[in-house]
Amino acid sequence: MAFGEVGTALSKIKSPAVNLADTFAFSGTVTGFDKTPLTLLSTFTSDGSDDNATFNSSLITSTFDEYLFIFNNIHPETDGAELTFNVSIDNGSNYNIAKTSTAFWSEQVESGGGQLQYRTGQDSAQGTGEQIIMNDLGNGNDEAGAGVMRLFNPSSTTFVKHFICRHQYYHFGSANGNTAGYAIDNYTTGYANTTSAINNIRFIMSSGEIQGGTISLFGVA
Amino acid sequence: MALSKFKPASFDLTDNYAFTGTTTGATGTNQLVLIKTLTASSSGDLTFVNGASSVVLDNTYKTYLFKFINIHASGDEVDLQVGFRDGGSAYDATKTTTYFEAIHDEGDSTAQVSYIDGLDIAQGTGFQTILRYLGNDNDESSSGEMYLFNPSSTTFVKNFMSESITLTTNGYVNHLHVSGYCNVTAAIDAVQFKMSSGNVDSGTIKLYGIL
Repeated sequence: MAFGEVGTALSKIKSPAVNLADTFAFSGTVTGFDKTPLTLLSTFTSDGSDDNATFNSSLITSTFDEYLFIFNNIHPETDGAELTFNVSIDNGSNYNIAKTSTAFWSEQVESGGGQLQYRTGQDSAQGTGEQIIMNDLGNGNDEAGAGVMRLFNPSSTTFVKHFICRHQYYHFGSANGNTAGYAIDNYTTGYANTTSAINNIRFIMSSGEIQGGTISLFGVA
Repeated sequence: MALSKFKPASFDLTDNYAFTGTTTGATGTNQLVLIKTLTASSSGDLTFVNGASSVVLDNTYKTYLFKFINIHASGDEVDLQVGFRDGGSAYDATKTTTYFEAIHDEGDSTAQVSYIDGLDIAQGTGFQTILRYLGNDNDESSSGEMYLFNPSSTTFVKNFMSESITLTTNGYVNHLHVSGYCNVTAAIDAVQFKMSSGNVDSGTIKLYGIL
């Protein structure tokens, strides 16, 4: 069988017929490879004055049973603002799903003094409002937050929707009588108490805009 | 002579090709490799054994990651627990662990983070709770993950750490952190998950290798 024979399946290529150092652009479906379990779906990059960062129903689907958000250099317009999120089951027409969550952090003040504490007020008990995931961000030029959030199986119509967040950020300096900033290691975890599929998630500051940073959304196979 | 070019239509790049050999180079940037997915169906346990059913749990990877998706129990008020095999057939590797959790109920009556004596292990051989207080109502389940570091080492103890979120049987969110080590220098070659009572009714556990 000759190469180039139209209509005949090619079952084997003799060595060294194909140079494996070459680049081949497959546009079909290639199976058998180890697929990467982590697929970058979208990256929000702040233009310096964003009301929110929203990932809609074209991204939050049943394709993956876990979605991973990675936050980098999140910078608020307003000193002491909180980065929050809410979810929607109607692709953003409403953000009003009840959530129950826990919140605790460990902190260290630049002037010294660390502690671990539960954060009443950052948690939620069936509240439908915004869920805080970074509290009291600083807006100094060099102040920002980062972290990760995992959302499990949002398309399930059986189970509530679990989320796990961990963020490290610069807590603004004028809180609690201190003038120095804090390092905050913040944990926020809970569930959106709905058995309807979630197909949209929105991140928004409690006050002012998102002035900088990126949020990347990955699907985890 | 190396072939530099195929004639038109000889090798259709829009076709589907199923590679059954070993592919190198093409996955060089893939640092997280899905090894195995186990899906529960009224299962007494979910067990990953190196060398069985395509499971790799040896020195191929330095770090292994288990993901728990919507683990649902047949029983009420039960825990998902883990045991490690360090030789023989039992999942009884000696462990020392820490255990702390944050909880908050839907009625807002309890909100706290605390260390829990009694759910940790000090040189015990029993199974370690990693998903806590699952209920068996239809919408109740647990999700999370557990890292296992360098299980094939014959020099060091075997560190592991887990984090999970559970809608518990009584309407609480439980955010659980368990970490510890198997205090053995023998290789860990299998990991078993099972409920403290009853079956794993449904849910999936995925095993990844991290390069």
